Amino acid sequence: MSETYETVAGIAQTWGLVLFVVAFALVVAYAFWPGKKRKKEIEDAANIPLKED
Amino acid sequence: MRFGEAALLVVFALLAFLSIIVAAKAYTAAYAFHAYLFAAGSIAAVFAIGNRYMDRPAGTVPQLVDGKPNYNFGVVKFGVIAAVVWGVAGFLAGDLAAWQLAFPAFNLDTSWLSFGRLRPLHTSAVIFAFGGNVLLSTSFYVVQRTSHARLAGDLAPWFVILGYNFFIVIAGTGYLLGITQSKEYAEPEWYADLWLTVVWVTYLLVFVATIWKRREPHIYVANWFYLAFIITIAMLHLGNNVTIPVSLFSAKSYIYWSGVQDAMFQWWYGHNAVGFFLTAGFLAIMYYFIPKRAERPVYSYRLSIVHFWALIFIYIWAGPHHLHYTALPDWAQTLGMTFSVILWMPSWGGMINGLMTLSGAWDKLRTDPVIRMMVVSVAFYGMSTFEGPMMAVKAVNSLSHYTEWTVGHVHSGALGWVAYISFGAIYCLVPWLWNKPNMYSVKAISWHFWISTLGIVLYISSMWVAGIMQGLMWRAYTGLGFLEYSFIETVDAVHPLYVIRATGGLLFVAGGLIMAWNVWKTINMPQAVAEQKLALAPAE
Repeated sequence: MSETYETVAGIAQTWGLVLFVVAFALVVAYAFWPGKKRKKEIEDAANIPLKED
Repeated sequence: MRFGEAALLVVFALLAFLSIIVAAKAYTAAYAFHAYLFAAGSIAAVFAIGNRYMDRPAGTVPQLVDGKPNYNFGVVKFGVIAAVVWGVAGFLAGDLAAWQLAFPAFNLDTSWLSFGRLRPLHTSAVIFAFGGNVLLSTSFYVVQRTSHARLAGDLAPWFVILGYNFFIVIAGTGYLLGITQSKEYAEPEWYADLWLTVVWVTYLLVFVATIWKRREPHIYVANWFYLAFIITIAMLHLGNNVTIPVSLFSAKSYIYWSGVQDAMFQWWYGHNAVGFFLTAGFLAIMYYFIPKRAERPVYSYRLSIVHFWALIFIYIWAGPHHLHYTALPDWAQTLGMTFSVILWMPSWGGMINGLMTLSGAWDKLRTDPVIRMMVVSVAFYGMSTFEGPMMAVKAVNSLSHYTEWTVGHVHSGALGWVAYISFGAIYCLVPWLWNKPNMYSVKAISWHFWISTLGIVLYISSMWVAGIMQGLMWRAYTGLGFLEYSFIETVDAVHPLYVIRATGGLLFVAGGLIMAWNVWKTINMPQAVAEQKLALAPAE
């Protein structure tokens, strides 16, 4: 049983960590990507609730 | 006749037959009663679908009318009214339970209203009946408005909202009759669970199909939160209800897992019900209704994207903090604790995003009681998401666990955050849906706000005192190593605090009644009165 735990913990502490850090970096990069065009897109998205049909 | 109508007619007719057979052969009277409810509901559905077919115009419903989306608000209206009704009933059940703790005679000497049955009735009524109807109706409203498209499906949205409320009736009457699978927040038995699964999958399909046909290129962040809520609840519900019924004719079932595995599944479910039902779903409300009401976009849309992904990635791991110092392996407890502490970051990111939306328009706090309610709600969200991670730390948990502190913490989140953001959304939605300039009485909203806030303050402060006192009394030893207090002494000590808590709860119920009256008056407000109110409104 301890072998199962060792295996799972081993994967979690190496690849799991890498996966989470990379995923977080991707999200931050996507959200905060600079540029005029991107800024406009973000502003448009933020204004969706205020648009009238 | 459309294919969906014909198919549903057949399904409900078969379900009615099956239910009658089950009712006739049921082992217990309580289960037979539920089978009859299923039969009655199915027959009513057959008649409703048939009558609707006779009355409705032929052909398909137009997606656009005069170039504008032909929104389906009927289901939203139903959900809003159901939320108000269930809300008041659920608050009342909770307050009765609170008085029972202070004065046990309030169980009225009947098994139906004993604390053990009343308590799940209260939790399910407020979380699933009140909160659930708020989430269903607001999600159906928001997804249509932010997608600029009519809700997908013809009968499907009605099946979702009526089917969900039928589930609530089965669950609630079951508790009073003594039917429960004894899993906290997942008490309904196997047949109710199966029914909810069908309803929930339909809900997911309606929601996704509406997003699919949107006329807006971007999917607004509120819809992401709603989607995470719907998908995760489906996953949790299936995971925690892997039960094997004793017989088709019995309400009783047994869970597939046992021992600590079952406990871990239960709190993986329980904590993520908090995380995805009571948090993600209501954050969606925050991201739509606060900007809409304040008439300004959310403070940082970029932050909302990080908030969303961080929250859903982290929340799912926090469940084991409910099982500190139990048979659960230590590493799992530490994992739950660590993720709970990390969770503080996205929670506060979201809180700051919600609050700062008001930046530059803080005067609205003074002039608009609805904005005030929603802003206070977000402040409570910040407070309870600070308190939660703190209580998840093992050293703190050894003091707080099994005490009233937990109950106080839950209610600062449930009353302060969930109920207040819901009240705010209801006060926005009712005039929008029924085409009125505003609520019937804006003053009554203020009264609701102040009375309920006083109630919450009494509730949580009394529970802090009671909880910490209990924790300290339970762990107090004499010089000789004996426990200093017997259990009954701790019960005696918390009595006055129980009375304060029940009084706070009563104030919260009073606030709910004021809202119900105001909603009723607004919906029935004659057009002439509405125009007069519009004319009297101060020019801005």
